[in-house]
Amino acid sequence: MTPAAARVAATREAFGPTLIRLAEAGHDIVTLEADLSASTGGRQLKAAFPERWYTVGASEANMISMAAGLAADGKTVFAASFAVFVPGHCFDQVRMSVAQPGLNVKLVASHGGVSVGEDGASAQAIEDLSLATALPGMTSVVPADVVEAAQAIWTAGTTAGPFYIRLGRPKVPVVYGDEYRFALGRAHRLREGGDATVIACGHLVAAALEAAERLAAGGVSVRVLNMATITPLDEEAVISAARETGAIVTAEEHLVQGGLGAAVTRALAATYPTPVEQVGVRDRYGESGRWDQLLERFGLDAGGVEEAVQRVLQRKI
Amino acid sequence: MTVSTTPDLQATAQRIRRHIVEMTAAAQSGHPGGSLSAVEILTALYFGGVLRYDPARPDWPQRDRFVLSKGHATPVLYAVLAEAGYFSTDLLPTFRKLGSPLQGHTVRGKPSGVEMSAGALGMGLSFCIGQALAARLDGRDSRLYCLLGDGELNEGQVWEAALSAAHFETDRITAIVDRNHFQNDGPEGEILRLWDVAEKFRAFGWHAVQVEDGHDLDQLLPAFAETAAVRGRPQVIIAETTKGKGVSYMEANPAAWHGKGPSPEQLAQALEEIGP
Repeated sequence: MTPAAARVAATREAFGPTLIRLAEAGHDIVTLEADLSASTGGRQLKAAFPERWYTVGASEANMISMAAGLAADGKTVFAASFAVFVPGHCFDQVRMSVAQPGLNVKLVASHGGVSVGEDGASAQAIEDLSLATALPGMTSVVPADVVEAAQAIWTAGTTAGPFYIRLGRPKVPVVYGDEYRFALGRAHRLREGGDATVIACGHLVAAALEAAERLAAGGVSVRVLNMATITPLDEEAVISAARETGAIVTAEEHLVQGGLGAAVTRALAATYPTPVEQVGVRDRYGESGRWDQLLERFGLDAGGVEEAVQRVLQRKI
Repeated sequence: MTVSTTPDLQATAQRIRRHIVEMTAAAQSGHPGGSLSAVEILTALYFGGVLRYDPARPDWPQRDRFVLSKGHATPVLYAVLAEAGYFSTDLLPTFRKLGSPLQGHTVRGKPSGVEMSAGALGMGLSFCIGQALAARLDGRDSRLYCLLGDGELNEGQVWEAALSAAHFETDRITAIVDRNHFQNDGPEGEILRLWDVAEKFRAFGWHAVQVEDGHDLDQLLPAFAETAAVRGRPQVIIAETTKGKGVSYMEANPAAWHGKGPSPEQLAQALEEIGP
């Protein structure tokens, strides 16, 4: 598949339009926001369906338990904020009000990762996937691009149960064309290869495709899997990749413990031990800077993926 | 307004008290003190004609919702739900035992009649706001009743919800504060003083009613009638109560009876004091 890399868009741009489509299609949705609705994009629902949109001010804990109350009485509820605030600022509400009773609440967190940029460490969620994926029954999705984000939000809105969907702030390459069909819980193979597999989520999928292209020039053949659904993990795709290529690189804009890389490593250790190199953030917090500078500094780009592939090939048995 | 408390209601309250001490004695754990303080509040709601419910249809959309935000007070809730007919009182001795639906802290739908999970404090009022908005969207006139502990008012989320409920003018929400002046670590005065709770809620835009004796059904029932008539604002009833009410050794030492069950001898004494 050839990536349509010319186009760029932020995954958060999918949120407002998809909410409107869900409401137009007759789904009984309600969206709650916590004073960041212009940035998440959720505010777009207000103009079209004002009765289905509420802002609760900067009170994330209150928002999450309110969302649970609406969901308990039959609504499909989206609760949106930045990824540092949901689930970071209201983890116990997510755990007790949403996850334990299994209520139909969709947490949509924009501004994931260090690519938030200039706002610095407090605003840069690099531990949100650890929190979300720790909760039994929580489906966690990190879409690769705006096309997949729209479909993941639609899927969440039409599938019962708690969801965590992580979106991003900057405009990143669009990987998919409109013909793409997102399948919840299934890895999507974007590129075939036999020497190693890169398993990525979010905009690291585009970076992985770029890295694979460069590596191909040097005679290294790399499979690229988009693992948008972190929980439940497509373990079958992970194990097939390990069996068929013998070396794995994971790539995500998150701490290496607790996110995609941790899930993949755990799955492999339990079933088919294979060398793994993780692209991610290690033992530190973010800082201020332009988002593209930060990604380069943290090695969360094609160069970082390429180096990780070279490392894992050295370890390959 | 004249309300006459029937002897039946008092007899029901007495049965609920007996269940509470028996359940916590059988479990050798649980929270008798803050359950006994709320007996009359729940008796008024469930048996005094305040709450609209049907045990045969726990999911009836038109029902009023009672949300136990102080989720450790499961003994009083389970005793009331059993007496109301949601399930058999035979189930009560299984409280907190492995495999029992009667969990230590509330779990939504376990057993039927339990509206929401709780146990971490402070979340119930926000949940009620969500339910009030859902009712408004669906054109239902269901009311929401939320029981808060006074220790629970330490939680910041309660005050986020207090702002929110007033902002959204959710006038079908009535919160009740079980004002027993004790929390897990000791008396309110030593842990975190609350000062005037009614004035705090009024400052947040609520209609607040003070009930001087939260164990007197003749005071509670008019308070519920007053709050139900309020339009445009959420309401709160501050019910002055006694932690461990009805059991002398618990009343004398409430801090010791927040979270433990009585011994067989203590149970016998408690049942003697509560009466048949």
